[in-house]
Amino acid sequence: MQVALMIPCYIDTFYPRVGIATLELLERLGVDVVYPRDQTCCGQPMANSGCYEEARATEEHCARVFGSFDCVVTPSGSCTHHIRNKFTAGADSPEKQNLIRNTYDLVEFLHDVLKIREFPWAKFAHKVALHTSCSAIRGLNMASMSERVHDEVFSKPKALLSGVPGIEFVEFDRVDECCGFGGTFAVTEEAVSAKMGYDKLAFMQKTSPDCVVSSDMSCLMHLQGCARRQKQEIPFYHLAEVLNGVAA
Amino acid sequence: MSAPVDQAKNAEKFLADTVHEQRLDKLLWAMRMRRDAAARQVPEWEDLRTLASEIKEHTLSNLSDYLIQFEAKATANGVIVHWARDAHEHNQTVYDLLSEQRAETLVKSKSMLTEECELRPFLERRGVRVTETDLGERIQQLDDQPPGHIVGPAIHKTTHDVAVLFSEKYGSDPNNDDPAYLAGVMRENTRPDLLNAPAGMTGANFVVAETGAIVVATNEGNADLSAHTPPLHICSVGIEKIIPTTESLAVFIRLLARSATGEAITQYTSMFRGPRKGAAMHVILVDNGRSERLGMKRFWHSLKCIRCAACMNTCPVYRRSGGLSYGSTYMGPIGIIMMPTFEIRKYSELPFASTLNGSCTNVCPVKIDIHEQIYGWREVMEENGQTPIVKKEAMRVADEMLSHPALYQMATAAVSTALEVLPHFAIYNRLNVWGKHRDVPQAGAETFHAWYKAHRPKANEEVKS
Repeated sequence: MQVALMIPCYIDTFYPRVGIATLELLERLGVDVVYPRDQTCCGQPMANSGCYEEARATEEHCARVFGSFDCVVTPSGSCTHHIRNKFTAGADSPEKQNLIRNTYDLVEFLHDVLKIREFPWAKFAHKVALHTSCSAIRGLNMASMSERVHDEVFSKPKALLSGVPGIEFVEFDRVDECCGFGGTFAVTEEAVSAKMGYDKLAFMQKTSPDCVVSSDMSCLMHLQGCARRQKQEIPFYHLAEVLNGVAA
Repeated sequence: MSAPVDQAKNAEKFLADTVHEQRLDKLLWAMRMRRDAAARQVPEWEDLRTLASEIKEHTLSNLSDYLIQFEAKATANGVIVHWARDAHEHNQTVYDLLSEQRAETLVKSKSMLTEECELRPFLERRGVRVTETDLGERIQQLDDQPPGHIVGPAIHKTTHDVAVLFSEKYGSDPNNDDPAYLAGVMRENTRPDLLNAPAGMTGANFVVAETGAIVVATNEGNADLSAHTPPLHICSVGIEKIIPTTESLAVFIRLLARSATGEAITQYTSMFRGPRKGAAMHVILVDNGRSERLGMKRFWHSLKCIRCAACMNTCPVYRRSGGLSYGSTYMGPIGIIMMPTFEIRKYSELPFASTLNGSCTNVCPVKIDIHEQIYGWREVMEENGQTPIVKKEAMRVADEMLSHPALYQMATAAVSTALEVLPHFAIYNRLNVWGKHRDVPQAGAETFHAWYKAHRPKANEEVKS
């Protein structure tokens, strides 16, 4: 199967290692990966702010670049959520409909399409605080939601990570409370955003994890920024890095 | 037209007071946990939510019929029914009823509708002395503050705050923080008003079309005292509070207290169907923008709200901002989607006081898609030209760059430029805002794009998009 790799703009610039890990992991699994070089962004930052006029050209560009592929994979729940559920700014086209139908978050692709459960090459003998983004939980149904008290408890990211030899998880309070990133919210509501991040870290730290892992780098960009300001040296990894085998 | 409420700035002030912020967060999260525990006890919880949502949607879709049915039933029960198009008509009706009785004092139980209509200042300007009988609401009245939460109006205050306030207003002991003592002080001071008042007022949680009953749920029993003691009972109801039958009421009663506080039911759930012998009962059905909202294709669902405040309790932003930060009658997630229908300019910033995390939607007992509506309101603010020009310009520049790969690659190729440009388009603001409480992300030595070009040279020839 040929898969088009979509690397979100903030990963391209700030976290190229996450893009590399995603690419290497897919190649390791025998996936024929192509990286369309004209890609930029899915339009989420603008659309999320209400500025859908200003998201139009970017969304249309995204649909042109990726619209002909049968499968598009991106290591970002929020970008997947935007494309699948909020891709309304650009003009409608067969390419756009294709993209909406065929875009997967990396976790979904591994868990639901390839159905991989074992990652024997990726030894990771560490206690992990696993953070799953709100887009992934409540937008993509990648994990059960704490509010839905009668639903079966599950987590696709955790199911994948559990296939990594040596890995352990810590259980911290308010596990699916928002970390406070929220896209533009991080700057429009800077004080509340940061407090949410500090609180999230405090709940994690109480259980003494060795590191924080998430399938959304945007949450981690925010949490890591909060941690470093508080002089906490705890490492942050994208799930792709752990599954691909990071030396921690 | 009022200037937009700066919720973010108000929240920052609230956060600076760590004692109150941490207390509010803990208290409301505990409420959310109690809600979860209560929902767990009801195996058919999700079915109840669906049913409640369907009943509300059905009723709102046939609103005029049910209102007319209610009016006929209530009238037959001996209730006098009034209609009020807006807040002013409502307030004037209340004042006229009081004037007819030469009533110079009024006792009332908590009613968000009367807050919405600003009834208290209206009456006070005309010489009527109003006493709130709900403890939290009375605290807020004495402190000259609006409610900070629709179920617990003074929930942002500590018992010490209340002790100090009561000592100023009532001369009680400022150092005695014991809640029982403070409740006693309140009772001693408001009970005489209750016993002597010529008129009492309540709101309503539900009104039943089939029977003409109004339903009021409280934990303090103060609504019953306010309705039963004086010879005149005035009840203000928003027209969206109507439900078809007593049977359907059961669905909402099971959901209301469980969603609000985690209790199975409130201490008092009273149905008022008619006046006592020798007394009069008036119901005022209030529109005040509700019909207009009902006509909004994207936003009419907010009329399903039963005012349980579960969305506020679970909202991570509300818990860290305090209810007063929204500068509005209704606050938190439900306030964000209701308030712009009252005054779009004033509440144009509220839709941005959310991370769109969706927890509010999941706890809502009548399944209002709150976070989707918040997203929708952001677009409406844009359509109505409420988006600040500087933000709009940043977004326009971003769109220009992100729809032109060459521009994007040029901007991100050099790390220094990337640091300058990327946050600017990704989060429309300069790094100094991001960096106030957080470290700035370190850009990689090269972009993924550049790495790919160097490490997958063969692919470069094949891939064209």
